[in-house]
Amino acid sequence: MEVIKSDIVIIGAGLAGLRAAIAAAEKSREVSIALISKTYPIRCHSVCAEGGTAAVLREDEGDSFDLHGWDTVKGADFLADQDAVEFFVREIPKEILRLDNWGCPWSRREDGKIAQRAFGGQSFNRTVFAADRTGFHEVHTLYERSLMYPNITRYDEYFVTNLFIEDNAVKGVSAIHLKTGDLVFFNAKAVILATGGAGRLYGFTTYSHQVTGDGLAIAYRAGVPLKDMEFVQFHPTGLIPSGILMTEACRGEGGYLRNRNGERFMEKYAPERMELAPRDVVARAMWTEIIEGRGFEGPYGPYIALDLTHLGEEKIEERLPLIRDAARKFAGIDPVEEPIPVKPVAHYTMGGIHTNMWTETPVKGLYAAGEVAAVSIHGANRLGSNSTAECLVFGRVAGEKAVEFVQGKRFSEITREEMLAEEKRLFDEFLGRSGDENPYEIKKELNEAMDRYFWIFRTGEEMKKGIKKIQELKRRYENIEIVDKKRGFNTDLMQAMEIGFMLDLAETVAVGAYARTESRGAHYRLDYPKRDDENWLKHTLAYYAPEGPKLEYIPVTITKWQPVERKY
Amino acid sequence: MEREVIFRIRRFDGEKTYWQDFRFTARKGMTVLEGLYFIKENLDGSLAFRASCRMGVCGSCAVKINGRPRLACETQIFDIGSTLEIEPLDNMPVLKDLIVDMDGFFRKHEAVKPYLIRRDDDYENPKELLQTPEELHAYYDFSLCIKCGACYSACPASATRSDYLGPAAITAAYRFCADSRDEGREDRLNLVSGSDGVWRCHFNAECSEVCPKSIEPAKAVQRMRLMSAIHMIKSIFR
Ligand SMILES: Cc1cc2nc3c(=O)[nH]c(=O)nc-3n(C[C@H](O)[C@H](O)[C@H](O)COP(=O)(O)OP(=O)(O)OC[C@H]3O[C@@H](n4cnc5c(N)ncnc54)[C@H](O)[C@@H]3O)c2cc1C
Ligand code: SF4
Ligand code: FES
Repeated sequence: MEVIKSDIVIIGAGLAGLRAAIAAAEKSREVSIALISKTYPIRCHSVCAEGGTAAVLREDEGDSFDLHGWDTVKGADFLADQDAVEFFVREIPKEILRLDNWGCPWSRREDGKIAQRAFGGQSFNRTVFAADRTGFHEVHTLYERSLMYPNITRYDEYFVTNLFIEDNAVKGVSAIHLKTGDLVFFNAKAVILATGGAGRLYGFTTYSHQVTGDGLAIAYRAGVPLKDMEFVQFHPTGLIPSGILMTEACRGEGGYLRNRNGERFMEKYAPERMELAPRDVVARAMWTEIIEGRGFEGPYGPYIALDLTHLGEEKIEERLPLIRDAARKFAGIDPVEEPIPVKPVAHYTMGGIHTNMWTETPVKGLYAAGEVAAVSIHGANRLGSNSTAECLVFGRVAGEKAVEFVQGKRFSEITREEMLAEEKRLFDEFLGRSGDENPYEIKKELNEAMDRYFWIFRTGEEMKKGIKKIQELKRRYENIEIVDKKRGFNTDLMQAMEIGFMLDLAETVAVGAYARTESRGAHYRLDYPKRDDENWLKHTLAYYAPEGPKLEYIPVTITKWQPVERKY
Repeated sequence: MEREVIFRIRRFDGEKTYWQDFRFTARKGMTVLEGLYFIKENLDGSLAFRASCRMGVCGSCAVKINGRPRLACETQIFDIGSTLEIEPLDNMPVLKDLIVDMDGFFRKHEAVKPYLIRRDDDYENPKELLQTPEELHAYYDFSLCIKCGACYSACPASATRSDYLGPAAITAAYRFCADSRDEGREDRLNLVSGSDGVWRCHFNAECSEVCPKSIEPAKAVQRMRLMSAIHMIKSIFR
């Protein structure tokens, strides 16, 4: 069996993983860095990020770190760790400039400076952007920059299956080289997980097909706790029927939301911020309009109109070209002429692998950064454009921390028994087994259950049904059969494994949500509609156990912003 | 509106190549990619294809549909017809079904130094560089390449010479040469004016024809030729 030794192994080559690789290579030209991903790097989900990245660039024009910090903490419904937020807001401006120096085609003002736009929940227009293709340009810039470092070796289209930990220290990972189907082991002194979120738990989602939470599940099964998984962001404007995102920048650039009576209904829910209130607030308002019968009726059910027609063709072409293109291609609608049909859509995993603000997990040498991690700066609700920013800042931190960690360390070998056991688990027991369940049917039912029981409005009773359903699906999953029995490029095997990962993660979302008897940020319970700081100003930690997640709680770090009522 | 369609797919299982027909009912608005997923999830789990974003930005899903390279996720089934012949891209080795080996394609992209080169590069203390909207405009459209390989598949020069850099790599080289912040033009011109570079292009412009992002790689190749010609003349007289 092939064993590849590398001081640092990074799993995932999205924004966070690429940034980590560059940071590590900048810090030391001596360490060897393996960058593994199941897709080619520029096929990662991050290329879909549209709207932009938040950063304080213009203190002279009235923005400040304190304002960005406060917006983030209030947006998070006070569940963010404030030491991490304070660090984060100070670091992100430099990242924007680095990307500029590395070639990112930031949109510009007339004077040649980097332009910024309005985004939800912000008290200053601080979102830096590259048209409405921000993530695309950021990823390409980082990927291209990463080509300059000889000590970064890429392993594209390698699917990581497991993590090896001994005496609470990480020692490597296993991966299927998709092209050949061979199982390869990476022996490492430090491992950085940067595998992204778990958006595909839901059926109606903005996420790429590849976002199945693999890293979350692999770490969770290996005993690393997941934090705050019950908090899933629903973005207000998913295009019907595909769920493709219509970026918040549509509203940042002046777009309106209207119900079937033509009313800009946000004036009832957030009179000050209107369409630019945070996402949880807007999504709930839209869903309320729909439930109360003021949505439009369409062939795919009720919807709300995202109206850009008053912005004019020129502005739409300059600032929102991708949106126009996508609306035309995927819904047959030109936003210059008619409103876009949208409804709230599953969009972001606030929860993630439990780390401290230095991206360290409880396991020595194991780091997590990007959407896979809960540092936590997003708390119960992430502000738009803070996530790409998080990937850049904490990707860098993880890369640097890993380099410091590996200095003077020795490799601890993955044993032959461990290798054989993994080979047997994957190929004999999983690929080789016969059964009568179709894994894709299980995924479909899982998606339906999540869309139904763990959506924007939740109740204990409904969630109980959801938990039962997930448990039933887990049992049925034991009996799946993978049709494709060949080794080379077996996407059937890979997707069946992804579905297994998702089932475990669904349970952590479900059990965490059921236990939290309050409403905070994106987690809204009709049976407990109030925030309850006395009992619930705390993070959930979910630990793996064969019979289902075990929950523990830890306090939130508060430095200078005391929780207050959240009004917009 | 619903209608029965046939997906006639050229398959390869690692040993043999064969055509297989799948019939199913498609609805209006359904994309070719959704059709492929429908087949995989309901008719034959072993069908292999790449996809991720399903919104035309990740570049994973380019395949040949009725002879022409297209993004499966951006192509509506009903726009093509009721029988769709689907094949892997050309000019790259097929690994399985619709999946081709793109490692070589990416290596060619790497070879042209597709990154900003600046002498004052300072990692620790980055500074805001100014770039006017006009300067941005000069290269912006060429920065939209998603590396889907459609142009490479359609390129006759890539078909006859496997070492030819191809339209996407040369477009990347041009994108950086045209960026007002860049100082690496010389390096890149040396790289693209060799025997595997811009002079191989036959100017059929099939690449521009098929590019799903309307990038006009042929235009980039043409401009790079002009730049290399000037560069060569200059270096003779230096
Ligand atoms: C449509 C959309 C638009 C968005 N727009 C914005 C925005 O405007 N601003 C903003 O701040 N945020 C935005 N977000 C959120 C943001 O894009 C993501 O949070 C962020 O890109 C996540 O990056 P990442 O590096 O953590 O993960 P990803 O980009 O998801 O990368 C994950 C990587 O891990 C690899 N991987 C996963 N599993 C495995 C495995 N088993 N083995 C090997 N490799 C694996 C993948 O191949 C990939 O390389 C948006 C999100 C969506 C869905
Ligand atoms: S130039 Fe166009 S066709 Fe060629 S790889 Fe780029 S996006 Fe695809
Ligand atoms: S799936 Fe990403 S371009 Fe088609």
